[in-house]
Parts: sequence; C-alpha cells; structure tokens
Amino acid sequence: MLGDTYILFQIAGIGIVIAMIHTVLKQMGKEDIAHWATLVGFILVLFIVMDNLADLFQQIKSVFLFR
Amino acid sequence: MVIFQVVSFAMIASFIFILLKDQHASVAFVIVLFTGIVIFLVLIQPIAQVFGLLEYIAQKADVNGMYVETILKIIGIAYISEFGAQITRDAGLSSVASKIELAGKVFILVLAVPILTAVIETILRFIPA
Repeated sequence: MLGDTYILFQIAGIGIVIAMIHTVLKQMGKEDIAHWATLVGFILVLFIVMDNLADLFQQIKSVFLFR
Repeated sequence: MVIFQVVSFAMIASFIFILLKDQHASVAFVIVLFTGIVIFLVLIQPIAQVFGLLEYIAQKADVNGMYVETILKIIGIAYISEFGAQITRDAGLSSVASKIELAGKVFILVLAVPILTAVIETILRFIPA
C-alpha cells in the first residue's frame, strides 16, 4: 500500500510540473513547445498507470478462473 | 487494519484530485483511475480466499464444477464492468458508462445460458410425458 502512495505522489508531482512548464513556456511565447511538453508528461503518467492496470487485469483473470 | 490504509489512500487521492483538477484535468482523472486500480488490487487477495472457500464447499457438496466456475466468471465480469462503468462515469461520460454496463449484462447472460438450459431440462424431466 505504501509503494502505491509513492506512485500516487509521483503522478501528482508530474501533473503539477507539467502545469508549471506549460505556463512558463506560454509566457516565454513558445506556445507549441508548451503543448508538446504537456503531451509528453501526460504520456509518461499514462505509462505508469497502464502497468498497474495490466497487473490488475492479470490478477482478476487468475482469480476469477477465466479460461 | 487494511481498511484504514484504503480509506486514507482514497482521502489522499481525492485531495490531490481537487488540487490538480483545475490545472490539469487529464492527470487528475488518471489519479482517480489509479486509485480505483490500487483499491481493487488490495481487494483481490481476500476475494481469492473467499472463492477458495466457495470451491471447497462446492467440492464437499459435490456440486457440478461447471456451475461454480460460471458463478465465479459472472462475478468477475460484474466486477470489471462495474469498475469500468464507474470510472467512465467519473470522467463525465455517462453514456459510455451505460454502454459498458450493457456489455457486462450481455456477457453475463451469455454465460448463464448453459445453466438455464440445464434447469429447463430438469424441469421438463419432472413433467411426466
């Protein structure tokens, strides 16, 4: 359970950092790079969560006797 | 007690969700999804024990294995479709959530067909031809 709270805070940190980078880059006038940075950050977060989702589906498959 | 960990984890996740909601809605939704996944992962172990007990009892009462297996599958499908439907409803897409629930119901119905046929056959056997 503890490890998962680490991951939760990691995701929150990435989200906050993305938001800050987005605003900073927007002020600098580089609007498109800001969107790219947001996209990359979001994909990174998705990678983390998808591993957990795959793990969950695998466990459910093993528990509920899916042939 | 694990329940305290689960509740505190959900509390933390909801705080972070509120924090990130206005700045970055998509990451906030991913946090909701992650919380659902983690709480499910915690639940899987006790559920596996309960199902082990169910199977043990079914073997003792020499119930046909096929029935117990179908029941477990139906519970699994209900679990997953409920999980998916609630998550998409959180994202605001209630129409997609109801589609997921519809799919879950259809798959459960498909699984229940052999049991229904078995029941009907036994009933017909009672009626003297």
